[in-house]
Amino acid sequence: MVRRRVLVNALSMEQPFIVDDPSTNTFRVNRRAMVDPEVLAAERANIFDRTWLYLGHESEVAQPGDYVSRTVGGRALVLCRDLDGKVQAWLNTCTHRGATVCRETKGHGRFLTCFYHAWSFDLAGNLATLPDAEAYGPGFDRAALALKRPPRVDTYRGFVFVSYNPAVIPLVDHLAGARDYLDLVCEQSDTTMAILPGTQEYSIEANWKLLVENSIDGYHAMSTHATYMDYLMTAMRRAAEATGEKLAPPSLDGRAHDLGNGHAVIEYTAPWARPTARWAAPLDPALREPLAARRAELAERHGEERARRICETSRNLLIFPNLIVNDIMAVTVRAFEPVTPGLMHVRAWELAPVGEPGALHEVRLDNFLTFLGPGGLATPDDVEALECCQRGFTSWRELPWSDISRGMAQERPGITDELQMRAFWRRWNQMIGGSDPAAAGDGAGGGETEVRLRAVGGGR
Amino acid sequence: MGGLKLSRAEAEDFLYDEADLLDGWDLEAWLALCTDDVVYEVPATGMADGSPATSLFLIHDDRFMLESRVKRLLSRNAHAENPRSRTRRLITNVRVSPAESAGSGTDEVTVAASFHVIRFRDDAMHQYVGRYTYRLRQVDGQLRIAHRRAALDADSLRHSGGKVSILL
Repeated sequence: MVRRRVLVNALSMEQPFIVDDPSTNTFRVNRRAMVDPEVLAAERANIFDRTWLYLGHESEVAQPGDYVSRTVGGRALVLCRDLDGKVQAWLNTCTHRGATVCRETKGHGRFLTCFYHAWSFDLAGNLATLPDAEAYGPGFDRAALALKRPPRVDTYRGFVFVSYNPAVIPLVDHLAGARDYLDLVCEQSDTTMAILPGTQEYSIEANWKLLVENSIDGYHAMSTHATYMDYLMTAMRRAAEATGEKLAPPSLDGRAHDLGNGHAVIEYTAPWARPTARWAAPLDPALREPLAARRAELAERHGEERARRICETSRNLLIFPNLIVNDIMAVTVRAFEPVTPGLMHVRAWELAPVGEPGALHEVRLDNFLTFLGPGGLATPDDVEALECCQRGFTSWRELPWSDISRGMAQERPGITDELQMRAFWRRWNQMIGGSDPAAAGDGAGGGETEVRLRAVGGGR
Repeated sequence: MGGLKLSRAEAEDFLYDEADLLDGWDLEAWLALCTDDVVYEVPATGMADGSPATSLFLIHDDRFMLESRVKRLLSRNAHAENPRSRTRRLITNVRVSPAESAGSGTDEVTVAASFHVIRFRDDAMHQYVGRYTYRLRQVDGQLRIAHRRAALDADSLRHSGGKVSILL
């Protein structure tokens, strides 16, 4: 059995965070990872300050002059489109004495102005005006006092990411196998996808990694969400009675995939309708034809197999560390951040094809709400489940281990297995402990990989 | 224009009775107050005037979805409300005006009110503050809810337990 020890300077640890032993189908996560402020400090330093983080979508600033502000990786940022049409990301802080230059969550204008001393910046970041500029004298370097960008900003298919690590690998490399799944989501539109107006802003009194697990967990669907399944089956039964069709039993069937760099996905077929483009009860039978036509267009454009995946399969995609793109009965984009070990802030948006016909668009919007979001028939119970886990973790010293081994013995792990969570945890473990990323993965046969963290203090 | 006339006192009586049913978890009786074409909606925070046809909401229920919501809440599997929370609704600033869009020649009025719903569970207190807008309709001599919007004032649900697991 191979044992590796990795020592880092930020944490003390008597036990490893993860026990990962494919030879005995063992995968356990130490619950200390969910409760310890030292772990959160290490996550901020080793993960949130080091990797790519989702800032927003280009469609949120569709017009020159549009801006939104939000906190990403603990920093106040502005996402905007300058008057030349270029998407820009800025640290939301005045280069003079630090006050935020944008105090609205969303707006439109030509300038970002710090009201404190009235320094005003254009959306391309230039320091445009300041009162009594002549008092600074002839050596005053206006260019050096332009708004400052996060060290790295890049975009993939409209998704804007930032990194506070100047040496981070390129975004496309970071996204690895997740790119193809983002492509599948975006191919629902022939032109572009856009975030719809409205944000679901909520919080969960639980560790942020519990929402990572939950968002890609097929195992809990039938138990936690019995009331949603009951709603769905009742709706389908009513519709089937009206049309005299036979009702297929509900099933979720598919696979889980490790996409590299901590990203993972479950892709599966499900009984529900998809606005692009799968007709199922209880959709209006009048929509059957437009959906079939849309599917034929996509087959023409992308080939039959690709069109089948775009239209027929659902996918819950994790982009490490904290972005979820769930393409199910509608597409939700969800990002979340830890505030304390036991509290996260969550934002969720809805992504949809631009120019979708009105009837389908309304179906999409209502589909989203039946299951998703803090007012849906399902998400409140997820919030409850995660908060119950966090309460259970109070005894982490007495019962330190959570089991995430489901499906390790399977040749082809399915969506009710936990391969997708192991992909996350392995990457998390590497980044938190600075260990060698080689030889990780189910079936890698590397024996137990143990990360020990020791010694104290200071952190970064 | 509809011919329904409703005094403020009558509107208040209706809202207070409704609040009593909701606080008492008498949800089947509450559902009976709704018309067959009822719409119940909660816009996303910061989007009080949004339309559910074009923007993301928290809740946009038709009668069937609302029945499913009530059935769910009364079951043992609505985990977020099992055990049930206790709520208290404070309703004030009630105003009655003619319905803006009286549907299909029926008798309707619009009623607006401020609400403060306080929810207690697991020794935590969650608050929902906002504005109700109702379209009330006379059906067989009884006042019924045709449209009910609860628009929240908060920027997020972070003061509300992170969810809307009750009927607001």
